[in-house]
Amino acid sequence: MGAIFRREMGAFFASPIAYVYLTIYYLFAGVCFYLFTLSRGIADMSGLFSMLFWATFLLIPVLTMRSFSEEKMKKTEQGLLTAPVSLGSIVLGKYFAALAMYTIGVAIVFVYALILSFFGAVAWGIVLANFIALFLLGAAFISVGVFISSLTENQFIAYIIGLLLIFVMCIVQSLAGFVENASVPDFFQPVVGAIAAGMNALSFYNKFYDFTCGLFDLSSVLFYVSCAAIFNFLTVRVLETRRWR
Amino acid sequence: MIEVKNLTKYYGDHLAVDNISFTVEDGEILGFLGPNGAGKSTTMNMLTGYISSSSGQVLINGIDILEDPIKAKANIGYLPELPPLYQDMTVMGYLNFVYDLKKCKLPRKAHLTEICNLCKISDVSGRIIRKLSKGYRQRVGMAQALVGNPPILILDEPTVGLDPKQIIEIRNLVKKLGKRHTLILSSHILSEIQAVCDRVIIINKGKMAADDTLDNLTKSVSNINRMTVRLDGKREDVLGAIRKIPGVKSVRADMERSGGTFDYEIVMEDGADITVMLNDMCRDMGLSIYRMANDEMTLEDIFMRITMGEDMTKENKSVPVIKLITPEEQKAAKETAQEAAENKGGEE
Repeated sequence: MGAIFRREMGAFFASPIAYVYLTIYYLFAGVCFYLFTLSRGIADMSGLFSMLFWATFLLIPVLTMRSFSEEKMKKTEQGLLTAPVSLGSIVLGKYFAALAMYTIGVAIVFVYALILSFFGAVAWGIVLANFIALFLLGAAFISVGVFISSLTENQFIAYIIGLLLIFVMCIVQSLAGFVENASVPDFFQPVVGAIAAGMNALSFYNKFYDFTCGLFDLSSVLFYVSCAAIFNFLTVRVLETRRWR
Repeated sequence: MIEVKNLTKYYGDHLAVDNISFTVEDGEILGFLGPNGAGKSTTMNMLTGYISSSSGQVLINGIDILEDPIKAKANIGYLPELPPLYQDMTVMGYLNFVYDLKKCKLPRKAHLTEICNLCKISDVSGRIIRKLSKGYRQRVGMAQALVGNPPILILDEPTVGLDPKQIIEIRNLVKKLGKRHTLILSSHILSEIQAVCDRVIIINKGKMAADDTLDNLTKSVSNINRMTVRLDGKREDVLGAIRKIPGVKSVRADMERSGGTFDYEIVMEDGADITVMLNDMCRDMGLSIYRMANDEMTLEDIFMRITMGEDMTKENKSVPVIKLITPEEQKAAKETAQEAAENKGGEE
């Protein structure tokens, strides 16, 4: 796992991806920080954090699109899959490398908080909670991106499908609202209600929002972590089944 | 040691490898020969655990590749058809990665330096792989397989796409490696296998067509000794004289060459050596020898016979059958043709 992690990190910085990703992420975060905090003259960073939530579905697939697609395309996966390592450690090596890149991006919020601390009282607890929320969100979504990447050898398709799937995960609570308000015959109402409730329970945003308010909920942490575990497991299964075809 | 038992692979409905079994002893160099698409790479991919077999078993030093893949794979160095090189890394960076990936325990610097020297890539060790020539990439691929000094090496067409000089270099390297490792080498180039391997397995359409040492293979397909001599002198006299040499089964004159010479195709009895007597005969009759050659079957001939034979018997039953033709049959056929030609000439 360590070898793959190090190689992946090296590959990020040997290709333009790391620089493009970090540039866009920092630019976006900087603009939001200026618009929602600096220009208003307040020490509240919640505007920035909720914008960073919406940046994830656009930017996380950039980090994950190449992880398995490129290996498959250039046949380098043959080296990995015939090496004496388990499929799990291959997947985790790639997963943690992408997560590390993502974390380097998210960590910018501490720089902003530090800047802010010269001008006013920063609620460090809230900043930390938001950072953890963004980190967990990334941990879940990156596993989705890596999974999508293992399904195709085309990086562009991996990006688009990853983006769509993560976007749906981001807005699942809004979709639940549509389902709830759908006009259906009365006897279907309980079913529709149950579906909407289920969709709300799966909402990534609601749990993220709780964090941003400073509510640390262990069940939310478990939700994100198990999402990551499930998708990483699915990626292993994809690699496994591909050998049998 | 590699044991392969009844290995079969289906891609969907397509049968790519059909019930192959063989054993490779320690220290043996095995050649895997077959036309493109015969199932060589598929078999090698199954041996190395890259893909799974549909049925059958592969044991690497007694370890089942599907039951304990990590342990089994630790015994194998694999050079796939396309070396799995990361284009954006330097040669040394890549070898270090492979070293870590294989969890190698040997002293890092000494081991990697030794491999670089062996594969002659020391001078490019700091360069980005993307910028290397094909020959160098192939050698880096070879180096990658050698990391960790695995007892078994599996090389899939190591010389494909290289220039003649590079081919010779890789071939010499393979020979050198064969002294320390158990080695399987695939190729569709026969001279390569001939130059390097002790034993040959011929695969055609997923089936094993032959499994034997090179010598036995040559003998089994053509157990008749033939030689060709080009002599001057009168045809009938020479034919008569050659027939009298003990050990000669039959002799036939070919068409006339320049300067009134003829090629005589001589078929000898098994183990007979008529070279000396032929020389004596020529001296006695005052003949000059322009050319003398033993008609040994090349691997090419063997290969063509075995693979063609399968083709004809299995698929094209309705078309005129070209089966394995023995020299006698060949001769008979030619004589009939000659007779026919003569008859035709007579009619005119």
